[in-house]
Amino acid sequence: MKKIGIFAAAAVVSLSFVQTASAEDVTLKGVQERGYVQCGVSTGLPGFSNPDEKGNWIGMDVDVCRAVAAATLGGASKVKYTPLTAKERFTALQSGEIDILSRNTTWTQTRDTSLGLNFAGVNYYDGQGFMVTKTLGVKSALELDGAAVCIQAGTTTELNLSDYFRENNMKYQPVVFDTSDQTVKGFESGRCDILTSDASQLYALRIKLENPDGAIVLPEIISKEPLGPVVRQGDDQWFNIVKWSMNALINAEEMGLTSANVDEMKGGDIPAVRRFVGLDGPKGKGLGLSDDWAYNIVKQVGNYGEVFDRNVGAGSALNIERGVNALWSKGGFMYAPPMR
Amino acid sequence: MPENNKHSANSKPSFWNDPEKRSILFQILMVGAVILFILYIINNTMHNLETRGISTGFGFLSQNAGFDILLTLIPFDATYSFGRTFVVGLLNTLLVSFLGVICATILGFMLGIARLSHNWLIRKVATVYVEIFRNIPLLLQIFFWYFAVLQLLPSPKQSIELGGGTYLNVRGLYVPEPIAESGFGWVAIAFFASLIASVFLVRWAKKRLDETGNFFPAYWASLGLVVGVCLVTFLLAGSPMTLEYPELKGFNFQGGISIIPELSALLLALTIYTAAFIAEIVRSGIEAVDHGQTEAASALGLPRSRTLRLIVIPQAMRVVIPPLTSQYLNLIKNSSLATAIGYPDLVSVFAGTTLNQTGQAIEVIAMTMAVYLSISLLVSMFMNWYNKRMALVER
Ligand SMILES: N[C@@H](CCC(=O)N[C@@H](CS)C(=O)NCC(=O)O)C(=O)O
Repeated sequence: MKKIGIFAAAAVVSLSFVQTASAEDVTLKGVQERGYVQCGVSTGLPGFSNPDEKGNWIGMDVDVCRAVAAATLGGASKVKYTPLTAKERFTALQSGEIDILSRNTTWTQTRDTSLGLNFAGVNYYDGQGFMVTKTLGVKSALELDGAAVCIQAGTTTELNLSDYFRENNMKYQPVVFDTSDQTVKGFESGRCDILTSDASQLYALRIKLENPDGAIVLPEIISKEPLGPVVRQGDDQWFNIVKWSMNALINAEEMGLTSANVDEMKGGDIPAVRRFVGLDGPKGKGLGLSDDWAYNIVKQVGNYGEVFDRNVGAGSALNIERGVNALWSKGGFMYAPPMR
Repeated sequence: MPENNKHSANSKPSFWNDPEKRSILFQILMVGAVILFILYIINNTMHNLETRGISTGFGFLSQNAGFDILLTLIPFDATYSFGRTFVVGLLNTLLVSFLGVICATILGFMLGIARLSHNWLIRKVATVYVEIFRNIPLLLQIFFWYFAVLQLLPSPKQSIELGGGTYLNVRGLYVPEPIAESGFGWVAIAFFASLIASVFLVRWAKKRLDETGNFFPAYWASLGLVVGVCLVTFLLAGSPMTLEYPELKGFNFQGGISIIPELSALLLALTIYTAAFIAEIVRSGIEAVDHGQTEAASALGLPRSRTLRLIVIPQAMRVVIPPLTSQYLNLIKNSSLATAIGYPDLVSVFAGTTLNQTGQAIEVIAMTMAVYLSISLLVSMFMNWYNKRMALVER
């Protein structure tokens, strides 16, 4: 009886291995059959991915998933969110539990080349910063010698921190937690003098503090953190879909297309807009999508500027300036290849 | 004659009809199948990892780690390798497990004996303890000690002074560090010399007890001997030791020995939780010893403490050791909950950060599993050996 059980288990295991072995072009089919996109997000980071009072996920990273759902399924709400800690995120994507990882994840060489993953672009250019309690009276990160630092496990933050203190000949005590809630708690209780993370996340975590005014963010930015969505390597079609969904968001802002005016502009005769909404040009064929894929994104999610303002910019509690995240034509880094 | 032949043929059945041979054949087939299956899984995994572009192999162990660790028993910083993070994590796991096993054993034995005390209050307190701590999930207890107790301590600037240069704050417990100066070697020599003398003393006392029946308190005498000799040598050598006191410099206390709250919380929780189980094991062990033995001992005029030590506990140990072993194994494995509060054990450092920075999940998890398996097997082996020794005492 036992032996039969073992062989049955063996058969199941090996079958499941064989089934998932060919990853090519299966993600889109899976999404369409299922009727929703599986999206990996953070466990709660205001502005990026965080449930609102009604329990709906909102944020910059959430909107990337919504854009992909609008492009592939015609409905931005057809997304299932999976909250993941920094440590869990890559395994969840590798194992197929999610279709996209959109969780303030920094694009690095190791992650892009040896984890079997691909970064589909950048939706926020960030950099690592420090937050300290006001009472410490610290004005610069260079005064932090000997401090205890709260960080989250499995992040680039851990590595940059080490580089920075080493370069500046300073010592520190790393206190490493698994979730951002614990990290914040460690900072609030005084276990650490500093909380370090991507600067945007510092602003987000700061509003989670019991007394946000008691903490300040130091001016130093010690690293480059290009954050973007990640997909599995080997499925080029899905990779293209996510990449071009992002490009559509940025191109829409450049063309002046917004969720409010896209219906109106659609009827006009600006060639680039006609191509965008799928009346001309490459349409949706090469991506395996319907021709109105990009129209659906703008109509249901908005353009990149709208996404930014609503979640982290002037229209939000975080009130972060566009800075380097402005369009290239306005002095920022946001630049998308033309849709033609 | 022909009859005889027939008989011998009957006594030697054909291969298929001989249950022994048949079972050997089946076992060989079974082992073969299992090996083939394992090879197939390995091969298949390697193939799948390759087609998905996930790197494999143990080369990452020699790369620079690039991150720092809160508590390291051996020299470590970001320039050491990922392989070294494995050792650092392992040592931290061993540290908390070792301390946990010792503390839980002491506390557990005390509670187990207390549960059988003639004093109503002591008995009830022990019972309530066991019922409470055995029934609350360990993770909650760890969180309780860490977040609800130790994190409420004051900041370094408002540290609680415990006297003698010892401070307690939210960053941990700071105690003065004894630093040996030249001449301390004499004390060490005195210590070992008196230790050896004690061994002879104990042997002599035992021999005397066997031969003459006269009792000599050799253990107490040895203790006095060791302490006395060391103390005298220490003073004669001119007190060759200074204390380095922890001092508040900048953000934190520097100098002295610091015990981080992550270690304290984990150790407290593991000890208190496991001691509740050990107490029950000890109680049942003692209860398993026939009451007649105790009565016989008291009839012979043996005082209660020596009855416990010489008659009851040695016999109870035979019942106690096997389940005690599994409690030790549980404690060691439970120490991996460390990651929940950021104590840098093997799971947190190696199967956590290292895994994440390198992405080599299969290698890292395999190594981690191998470690827990080896530790568990070693502990089991040791306890089995000890159990055999105890069992042999039986006459
Ligand atoms: N961008 C960095 C850091 C990402 C990260 O995990 N940051 C923390 C900030 S404390 C976070 O977002 N935590 C939210 C969570 O765990 O759900 C990376 O990709 O490694």
